[in-house]
Amino acid sequence: MKVLLSWLQEFAPIKGTALDLGNHMSDLGMAVEEMRVLNNLDGVVVAKVADLRPHPKADRIQLVDVDTGDDEPLQVCCGAFNMSVGDLIPFASIGTVMPDGMEIAQRKMRGEISNGMCCSASELGLGTDHDGIMILPDELQVGEPLLHELGLAGDVLWDLEINPNRPDAMSVSGVARDLAARLGVPFRIPEWSVESVSGSAEDLATFNIEDPVLCPRFTGRVIKNVSVGSSPLWMQMRLVLSGMRPINSVVDVSNYVMLELGTPNHTYDLALVPNGHIGVRGASDGEQITTLDNQERTLVAGDGVIVDESDQAIGIAGVMGGASTEISSSTTGVLLELASWNPESIARTSQRLGLRSEASARFERGTDWGINPLAVERFCHLLNQITPGGIEVVGEVIDVEGDLPEQAPVSVRTSRMSALLGRKFEASEIRNLLRPIGFEVAETSDADVQEVRIPSFRPDTQTETDIAEEIARHFGYGNLGTSVPRSPDAGRLSPEQKLRRGIRQVMVGSGMVEAMPNPFLAPSDIGKSGLEVAEPVRLLNPLAVEESVLRPSLLPGLLAAVGYNYSHRNIGVKLFEIGAVFELGLTNSLPDETERLGALLANEEAFAAIDLLRELGSALKLSFEVRNQDGLPGMHPTRCAQVRLNGSVVGSVGEVDPDVLKSYEVEDRCAWLDLRLDFLVAGAIAADLAPYVPVSTFPSSDVDLAFLVENQVQASEIEATLRKAIGEELQSVRLFDVFRNDQLESSSRSLAFSLRLQAKDRTMTDEEVGKLRQRCIDAVEGSHKATLRS
Amino acid sequence: MSVYDQIAEAETKAVVEIEQAADLAGLTAIEPMLFGKKSELGGLKRLMGEVDAGERPKVGQALNEAQLVVREAHALAKEKFSKAQRLAQLETERLDLTESLNSTQRGHLHLVTQTMERLEDVFVGMGFTVSEGPQAETDWYNFEALNLPAAHPARSMFDTLYLDLGERTEIGDGEGGEATNILLRTHTSPVQIRVMESTPPPIYTVCPGRVFRRDTADASHMPVFHQIEGLVIDRGISLTDLSGTLNEFTAAYFGGAISSRLRPSYFPFTEPSAEFDITCVICEGAGCQTCQRTGWIELGGCGMVHPNVLANCGLDSEEWTGFAFGFGIDRLALMRHGIKDLRDMYTNDVRFLEQF
Repeated sequence: MKVLLSWLQEFAPIKGTALDLGNHMSDLGMAVEEMRVLNNLDGVVVAKVADLRPHPKADRIQLVDVDTGDDEPLQVCCGAFNMSVGDLIPFASIGTVMPDGMEIAQRKMRGEISNGMCCSASELGLGTDHDGIMILPDELQVGEPLLHELGLAGDVLWDLEINPNRPDAMSVSGVARDLAARLGVPFRIPEWSVESVSGSAEDLATFNIEDPVLCPRFTGRVIKNVSVGSSPLWMQMRLVLSGMRPINSVVDVSNYVMLELGTPNHTYDLALVPNGHIGVRGASDGEQITTLDNQERTLVAGDGVIVDESDQAIGIAGVMGGASTEISSSTTGVLLELASWNPESIARTSQRLGLRSEASARFERGTDWGINPLAVERFCHLLNQITPGGIEVVGEVIDVEGDLPEQAPVSVRTSRMSALLGRKFEASEIRNLLRPIGFEVAETSDADVQEVRIPSFRPDTQTETDIAEEIARHFGYGNLGTSVPRSPDAGRLSPEQKLRRGIRQVMVGSGMVEAMPNPFLAPSDIGKSGLEVAEPVRLLNPLAVEESVLRPSLLPGLLAAVGYNYSHRNIGVKLFEIGAVFELGLTNSLPDETERLGALLANEEAFAAIDLLRELGSALKLSFEVRNQDGLPGMHPTRCAQVRLNGSVVGSVGEVDPDVLKSYEVEDRCAWLDLRLDFLVAGAIAADLAPYVPVSTFPSSDVDLAFLVENQVQASEIEATLRKAIGEELQSVRLFDVFRNDQLESSSRSLAFSLRLQAKDRTMTDEEVGKLRQRCIDAVEGSHKATLRS
Repeated sequence: MSVYDQIAEAETKAVVEIEQAADLAGLTAIEPMLFGKKSELGGLKRLMGEVDAGERPKVGQALNEAQLVVREAHALAKEKFSKAQRLAQLETERLDLTESLNSTQRGHLHLVTQTMERLEDVFVGMGFTVSEGPQAETDWYNFEALNLPAAHPARSMFDTLYLDLGERTEIGDGEGGEATNILLRTHTSPVQIRVMESTPPPIYTVCPGRVFRRDTADASHMPVFHQIEGLVIDRGISLTDLSGTLNEFTAAYFGGAISSRLRPSYFPFTEPSAEFDITCVICEGAGCQTCQRTGWIELGGCGMVHPNVLANCGLDSEEWTGFAFGFGIDRLALMRHGIKDLRDMYTNDVRFLEQF
């Protein structure tokens, strides 16, 4: 919402520096997004086009002689061709600094001297029009400073951010009311009126509200003797600076009243509305209407329509008028509509039709139905003022009511306000803060309770808590003071949160770099990364097909990240991620969301991922079991394994399928580890609570055994057999050597284990150790295709 | 030759032997000739029996002094040889420490994770717990429970991404018999609702996490980003408690030179509502380009929890009041390190990641 200081001052004697006034508005919840003091166009004067000549060497520029009131006209090169000899234009003389910071200097353009610049409205910050030079009205004084001539010198323009709960601040008068209250100066809306000619308005026009919820109030007036021309410069300037385009006198007045009082309105050519009858009802599904912009639009139930006496739609309520009753240059009779609408209905309709406008923005927030008759009078007053010869208004204001929103008085407890706001308020302070912004406050028999009547321009305010905000706002949030509440408990991370951090640190300690790939995938990414997911979770309204499903695994995202790095010559990157993956649940409700740890190590073989798993296991005190398992999705068919923890599958480890790597343009092997974080964390919490096992005070013995084992037997199986064979005297077992060579059969390899034996209660004899050693050999040879190497 | 001359000669001879030893081994080899009974000085002890009784103490003293001289000479020589041997050994072990090959380096946490953990730590220090919840949510938790019913105009403040559950969509459990919408949470506020539903007050918690908006990626927007929200529910919580808590957080996180202020604003889930600004961290309030010369930068939104929200969670707003606040984590990280484009954080280029 853009507001001009001079316009605000028509409602209250507002004084202060631009900076202070801006700070007050921000502090009242109308944040200043931009502020412009209109004193920065020194050097721009009103000039007359004295002559126009073609440039001898260029087609796209012409030579203009401008008369700035001095004796000699100045020659200027100009790229616009929209002016004629005799037009008044803004002229920036040499030395002028333009709003964008550019300084005007004498220049030579293709051999011709240019002594300044003819300006467009946008170059001056006085509008959006940059197609041609701004043509000024004839009555301005040639040679005088432009802003002075436009009546804007020294004015201030603020662009305010208005929150959805402040419909009142969507108007100049509303901003003025709030600011005046803060400054402690009186605020007043003038009682505009127009003397009407005799006759009955009802003879010329009738309004009928069929849907009283859709339309709480429909107010209007019949205006005759209208001649559509252009509006005066002062009005055009205010509209332009407020971000609107001047069109013609009737439309400009309509917009002016909307900006000033926050009441959008619409004008019909009275001659085109049969018998001046206007009705309001809900649309029926499929109803058609051609709107002002000549678009054929289809309505649905829930939209509101304006209809004529034959029930034909002639406008979409609160959103856009119809083409059939549009005013034109030949219009002389106008039917003015100034209606209030149900905000939700307008919001739905404007959103569905993609017709958001200054009017719909106001209706969506809720306009002030209480000001309708006065706004009608303001419209007539202004149109009368700017129409040469004046207009004729017939009879009285026509005013039909539907279901006006009822706002019961709100009981406000001083004690409650003090408790909520954290400062002790007196009842009188509350009254003094609320009354200047239009809230009526009455004392009651209970000293703690006052009754507050909410004005019609504040439909957002409904409860005692809403009133608390108004009190705080006008008292100043910053003036309330501060206090710090203390939690009765100690702050902490949960064990799960601590472990997640710990797992991240293990990864980082192992040289892994944390990535955050996009959790959205293209449907094709799933197959591309070798995954088998029949039905991924889809987005209903994705921004792009590349981001239309939720990842079922961390693999595609990390592969894409490694691929990105390879394409930027970052070879051998080691990335990990902890994040949620999604799959459809069995029933309706939410999709299944599981947190996983994924680690992708480029230019590494599977054992690098195993090492990472071991590191994790040792940090979390978990014993993972790795079990070879061919053909896990996305993984190297002969280099992958399941990871188990306490008997449950918790993930997979190995390498990525070479074909998958090829599709991501990664030319190296990639080791891959994928684990369910919740299982890891639960296991680690349990492991952390494991009781102490006393350290044996008796000496230990080491036994090394090497077996020739056929390839299809897993090393882990041999290890399990060894563990079982020894039982409780086994302190540790470790595979310390693997080798294959020509002297061995190609179907086998040598696996060497180191065992440490120790009893809790005695020193083991050599004989005892020898027996256990033999038991190991017998067990391994007996249950696997393996033989002891001597 | 007198007894004394014999002693002196033996002493001189022993010292010469010591001086002539070439190394530690040579010295060890002559030790029997220097000390003990078989040594020459040792042999001279027998003279004690051959001299007069009156002379014996003097002879004894001379023998002791001579032996002391020999021991000292031996000790000196031994020390000299040990030192030399150690130096020779050390020289053979010499390393060029600049020859080290690059081995594994420590990895890096993502900047967002680092920022999030830092924030969590500050709030834990202030007595808060950390709460989490699902990223895919129901319309109820993301909107309705937060005082944002279906037709609420403020819903347009959130560009929401919805999920398509296909034939799993349960029809008829939503308002007006329509299906419940399942969506990606647009803020971490649904976690607040879940905490209020499941935990009796007092509640002092923060909810950090990933959130989603239907925004095209640009220098300051991503469809996936991160937020942290705070929630306090207790008896007698007031707006000044909110100001004070945010001040304390601001000083703890940004340092004492940075303070915070509240400005009235609007959110459907809080009343009164506010935006909170902090002193510009670039110019510390002096005014610069980053803060548009105001000395302040907008950090997030906050306010007193709306009575309707409390009621939706089964809390009586006459007994319990509370405040909530929230702000973006990604932007904090950008500000701290002078990163101009949010998208840089999500390319996963190691040249970016390894800087943090």
